[in-house]
Amino acid sequence: MGIELYLLILLVFLIVGAIVAVETKNLLSSVIALGAIGFGLSIAFLFLRAPDLAIVQIAVEVVLLIFLIRATIGRDVIPAKGHIHWAGLAIVCLLTAGFFSFGYFAFRSLNEFGSPIIAAVDAAPSNKYLADGLKQTGSANIVTSVLLDYRAYDTLGEATVLFAAVLGALAVLRGRAWSKRGKDK
Amino acid sequence: MKGMTVIVKTVTRWVKVFIFLYGIYIIITGHLAPGGGFAGGVIIACSYILLTLAYGKDFALRRLGSRAAHHLDSSGALLFLVVALFGLGSGGLFFANFLQNRYPGAEFSLLSSGTIPISNIAIGLKVAASLFLIFVILAVLRIVLAEDGSQKMIQEEEEE
Repeated sequence: MGIELYLLILLVFLIVGAIVAVETKNLLSSVIALGAIGFGLSIAFLFLRAPDLAIVQIAVEVVLLIFLIRATIGRDVIPAKGHIHWAGLAIVCLLTAGFFSFGYFAFRSLNEFGSPIIAAVDAAPSNKYLADGLKQTGSANIVTSVLLDYRAYDTLGEATVLFAAVLGALAVLRGRAWSKRGKDK
Repeated sequence: MKGMTVIVKTVTRWVKVFIFLYGIYIIITGHLAPGGGFAGGVIIACSYILLTLAYGKDFALRRLGSRAAHHLDSSGALLFLVVALFGLGSGGLFFANFLQNRYPGAEFSLLSSGTIPISNIAIGLKVAASLFLIFVILAVLRIVLAEDGSQKMIQEEEEE
């Protein structure tokens, strides 16, 4: 129960942070609440024994916070305002309640926390990775051996996505910045 | 974008090296300890972003120009693909770990696990360069209120 208790507290913190991030009127407070969610998530990854994910999450969160603050917080940004649509809110609440009750029963049918179904199947690929990963790839970190050896196609796709994102950002946001830099040279 | 105060500049001058070194450490021990190319690349990009924030855009672009960042980005992607193609050539499979099959290093040592450290370095280069590029592009933009009440993005003026 130990880890589950900590995770529950963290999850409540994350949900409260998400609500604050959505509902607050000030854009800067919203971004800061988003940062709190990210750091809480990285602690949750640590509790779930995923240090690789925790490192990536905390580093990306820092960069994302800087991006958001630099890119969205201007001097003259008007605070978000609007009125609440009660019918829409009721529908969203109903859908969320239905989703959570469905999730509750779905999770009741699963195994205990910490004993995944895949560990009970001997022929599952993950068992083979865990048993032979060090011998086959020589990598002591099984996550890296999966990312860059067994499932390197996924990493290639991820790198392609990042490349496309940079290309898109350069294409959309150039304009004056580009011609200005060209003039300097 | 102009730099910050002298306190921030002094702290940055000391800290940036350690952030950079920590990123390199995360990358090259990615096959032994938690971490890897993506996390290390983001941390290296963080050190350059810190430099940009503290000293201003022009200073950071003199250290690593946008053209050099372009080339680093592309070469990281190319290196990753070349490793994969070498696997296709000598191991018979795309992304085959051909170095590990031929010269298996000692387990838990830095020079082990064949192509995985090379791929880690490639990914790290790519992620660091692309995040720095995206930041440089975003750093010169600001969202301001136009005359007619709508929001629009402008390039930040240099003489602010």
